[in-house]
Amino acid sequence: MSDRPRFHPTGPQVLAVIALGGAIGALGRYGLAEAMPHRAGTFPWATFLTNVSGCLLIGVLLVVITEARTVHPLSRPFLGTGVLGGFTTFSTFSVETEGLLGAHPLAAVTYFFGTVAAALLAVQTGVVVTRRATRPGRRGR
Amino acid sequence: MTVLLVAAGAAIGAPLRYLVDRTVQRRRDSPFPWGTLTVNVAGSFILGLLTVTTDSTVTLLLGVGFCGAFTTYSTFGYETIRLAEEGARWYAVLNVLVSLAAGLAAATLGILLARALS
Repeated sequence: MSDRPRFHPTGPQVLAVIALGGAIGALGRYGLAEAMPHRAGTFPWATFLTNVSGCLLIGVLLVVITEARTVHPLSRPFLGTGVLGGFTTFSTFSVETEGLLGAHPLAAVTYFFGTVAAALLAVQTGVVVTRRATRPGRRGR
Repeated sequence: MTVLLVAAGAAIGAPLRYLVDRTVQRRRDSPFPWGTLTVNVAGSFILGLLTVTTDSTVTLLLGVGFCGAFTTYSTFGYETIRLAEEGARWYAVLNVLVSLAAGLAAATLGILLARALS
């Protein structure tokens, strides 16, 4: 991009790319949920995989955007806030945990803490691996 | 139709998350990610309310689309790791504990309220 327009943070372009990215991300999440139907009382694998993979990708994306490359200013709102924000979900995670709690407390606790542990590890992995990959010869920061 | 409902809900939920996050964050001079916490707790409550509905249009539009995109796990995860990296380890731990507890409490409250009202 030789001509780099400046976008107002709450301007129509930014909100539009977030809406578009959010719709794409949500459809990806819905597709995965349809491919891996969740039966009541079982571990919600689809949401687990969605949230953990989304966390891995945000780690990669935000290192690329904020540390490694000069990118188009709409990249972060589109891919980060939009696609990955729309792909991952906290509300389904909370409601699914509640749904498991009564009859399957062990599955509920495993899902609740397992998701957050795997998600944080995924972000950290994405960040560290991308930093190494984009800065050859230097380890981390 | 199904796809359109999910996409439409998300196309409202995602930018609304961004606007709420900015509005909340601007009012609080703190490294704590209040904005993401707000959307995640509010979205968990709304999705809890929606659990009583059997209308698939409502579920796809508001549940899968809107609530799914209004809330986010990736930003929650990234902000937590950033806090830890920047030395604010207690904020990171607090963010995890408060987000998980408040999200679950909000979902439970929504579910109970919806059952009571239906």
